[in-house]
Amino acid sequence: MMSLLFILAAEAPAASAGLSFNWPTLWAVLKNLITIVSVGAGIIFVLAGTIGVLRLPDFFTRLHAAGMTDTLGAELILIGLIFQADKVSAEPWQMIAKLLLVAFFLFVTSPTATHAIAHAAYRAGEKPLLGKWRAPEVD
Amino acid sequence: MTYFMLGAAFFIIVSMAIMLARLIGGPSLYDRILAVNSFGTKTVLFLCVFCFVIGRADGVDIAILYALMNFIATIAVLKFFNYRALNVGLVKSPENSETPS
Repeated sequence: MMSLLFILAAEAPAASAGLSFNWPTLWAVLKNLITIVSVGAGIIFVLAGTIGVLRLPDFFTRLHAAGMTDTLGAELILIGLIFQADKVSAEPWQMIAKLLLVAFFLFVTSPTATHAIAHAAYRAGEKPLLGKWRAPEVD
Repeated sequence: MTYFMLGAAFFIIVSMAIMLARLIGGPSLYDRILAVNSFGTKTVLFLCVFCFVIGRADGVDIAILYALMNFIATIAVLKFFNYRALNVGLVKSPENSETPS
C-alpha cells in the first residue's frame, strides 16, 4: 500500500508548504491513478482472453474469447496510456491524437477480422461443438 | 510509473507467448489465423506500452502502421485460403460465378 502511494506521488510536483490545497499535485496523482486502474484492467482482460484461447474446447469458442477481450482490453490499455502522454513527448496533443488513432483502428478492425475469420471457417466446414442444438445454414 | 509500464509490457509478452503456443499447436488452419491476428493486436499494444517505458514517442507511429497491416494481412490470408487465388472479385458476378465458394 505504501509502495502504491509512492508510485502515485512519484512524478507529482513538489507540494507547497502549508495546508493549502494543491490542484497540480492532485491532478498528477489522479492521472497516475487512472492510468494504473485502466492499464491493469486491460491487462486482466488480455490475459483472460489469452487463457480462453489456450483452454476452450472448440474453434468458435476460442474465437469468441479472443475477439471479445482483445477489443476491450486494447481500448482500456490505450485509454490508460493517453493520460501519460506528457511524459514522453514535448507535444502531448500529438501523442494523444496518435494514441486515439491506434484505438480507433483497433476498435474498427478487430471485430471485422473476427467476423471474417468466423464466416470463412464456417463456410469451410469447421464444425462447432453443439450438443443437441443445430447450426443454421449459411450460403 | 516506468516500472508499472515495464510490468504491463511483461504481461503482454507472456500473453504473446501463450498465443504462440496456440499458433504452433492449433488443430486447424483457422486457429492459426486467429492466433496470428491476436498476436498482431498484442504487438500493437506492446509497441504502445514500450515506447512509454523507454520514454520516446516514435513507437506509436509504427503501432498505427502495424494495426492496419495486421488487418490487411488477415483478410488477404482468409481470401487466399477461400479461393486459392488473390485476383478474384469479392462480389459475385457472372464471370466469376464458377469459382468455388
